[in-house]
Amino acid sequence: MIQVSHLVKRFGSFTAVNDMSFEVEAGTVLGFLGPNGAGKSTTMKMITGFSRPTSGQVSVHGHDIVDDRQAAQARLGYLPEGAPCYEDMTVQGFLAFIADIRGCRGGQRDRSIDRVTETVSLREVLGQRIETLSKGYKRRVGLAQALLHDPDVLILDEPTDGLDPNQKHQVREMILNLSEQKIVIISTHILEEVSAVCSRALIINQGRIVLDDTPDGLRKRAKDHQAIRLRVMDVDPSQILEVCETLPSVDRVEISGKDGDLLIFPKPGSVELLAELQQLLSAKAWQVARLQQLEGQLDEVFRRVTMGDAP
Amino acid sequence: MKSLSTIIKREFLSYFATPLAFVFILVFLVLSSAFTFYLGQFYERGQADLLPFFNFHPWLYLFLIPSVSMRLWSEERKTGSIELLLTLPITLWDAILGKFLAAWALIGLALAGTFPIWLTVNYLGQPDNGAIAAGYMGSWLMAGAFLAVGCCMSALTKNQIIAFILTGITCLTLVLAGFPMVLNFFEGWVPSLILDLIAGLSIIAHFIAISKGVLALTDVVYFVAMILLWLYLTHLALVAKAAD
Ligand SMILES: Nc1ncnc2c1ncn2[C@@H]1O[C@H](COP(=O)(O)OP(=O)(O)O)[C@@H](O)[C@H]1O
Ligand SMILES: [Mg+2]
Repeated sequence: MIQVSHLVKRFGSFTAVNDMSFEVEAGTVLGFLGPNGAGKSTTMKMITGFSRPTSGQVSVHGHDIVDDRQAAQARLGYLPEGAPCYEDMTVQGFLAFIADIRGCRGGQRDRSIDRVTETVSLREVLGQRIETLSKGYKRRVGLAQALLHDPDVLILDEPTDGLDPNQKHQVREMILNLSEQKIVIISTHILEEVSAVCSRALIINQGRIVLDDTPDGLRKRAKDHQAIRLRVMDVDPSQILEVCETLPSVDRVEISGKDGDLLIFPKPGSVELLAELQQLLSAKAWQVARLQQLEGQLDEVFRRVTMGDAP
Repeated sequence: MKSLSTIIKREFLSYFATPLAFVFILVFLVLSSAFTFYLGQFYERGQADLLPFFNFHPWLYLFLIPSVSMRLWSEERKTGSIELLLTLPITLWDAILGKFLAAWALIGLALAGTFPIWLTVNYLGQPDNGAIAAGYMGSWLMAGAFLAVGCCMSALTKNQIIAFILTGITCLTLVLAGFPMVLNFFEGWVPSLILDLIAGLSIIAHFIAISKGVLALTDVVYFVAMILLWLYLTHLALVAKAAD
């Protein structure tokens, strides 16, 4: 378990992390979501013991990150932002160095290196110098070193940043395939990533946690959660709008700008909207071209909570 | 201990992953020979010792050591690999000592590469080989002091050029502190206690005896203390600045 309490980091008079507290249980893939400069990396640097908190505590499986740093770090795997490593080494040499430092010796060392090169598909470049690798491969080397000692806690700072869609997919698959007993914290500003891999997300803005929820929970907060998008053939949208507004469950109706679809928002708490709408459609004998109930847009929630006004 | 030796090994081998080690050793050998044979009038003196060789070492180190030390921490900070290194379960001292010792070993290797000069004096005459060994030892210790200054300067900045210049200036100051012209400048208006201190801190003052082959305990203690002091300052610098 990771416990973070009242964590603060100041750079001069600027407060990058402002009184953050949260706990993470084993089996959680936690997403740090927030705009650039929100304080995600700074928080990760403190959790991994690289940067000293101005105040507040972090403990990793009961080990305080300041007072008992090495014990905590022994249980952590960390991919810093941009996956820095010793570029003049070969992949093999670099992983062997990390294994030595992590205390994997002899046969265990070879097995660990084998395992991670398999997990992140590095085998074909093992003998190559890291500086000659493509960005995707470098990122994999960074992931490999973080996974080498099979840590209970993985902290990955923007693990998919700058990768192409296939590589992004691979990294996400890899995260999903990790053991259920681990804690994984990943930071991202890509919303789809949260839906794809996280079981919980913290939205961070200006050094504070502004939302803490599951991806589904976040979606439920979207204004268009459960709204219905409707397009009817050969009928004027404004005519449909008028009729729809009279339905008991309807809160309001908008004509969506681009394609002339109707967006029908339900009254809070009502569940009858779809049924009412279907009755109406068959009574009027309108030909439906499109009917879709929306899940809610994460980016709408994200924008709302990180642009100033409270959710 | 295990972590320390792992870091020394990685650092030392990393010098050979690029031409850096070879260039450094080559330049060291060429310059030290050139200084000794041309400027030092090695033959003309007609004496079987290595005084002209060792005499030039402080000046040689003044720019050769910063060129090795400048990258030690600056580069790690620049590329961000310091974040990787310092989140491994090692102590900060493991990292500082590991880097220092590996670089010191490289300098030792370069120094050992000058053995043909030693062979030459033995061929030409009957030198005091004990004195020569003391000279080598003293030179290596002095290099360690320069290097420790370089470690500290490198920890202070992400910019290797700045680290190079700061190291050069600091070492030059430490070398010059013992010269009569500097001491004369202070003489008269600075209390004699301080004057002694300035002279006592000078690298030259402690190296002169060594270059003549006298390895006195006080001089050894001076260089070891210098090394420890500057490595300690490196530690302070990293605690304060590593994450900036
Ligand atoms: N070493 C530093 N010195 C001064 N300001 C910093 C430093 N590191 C980060 N910051 C500032 O702290 C804020 C948070 O940065 P960061 O944690 O990197 O954001 P994120 O990872 O969420 O994009 C930014 O405004 C950044 O400029
Ligand atoms: Mg960041």
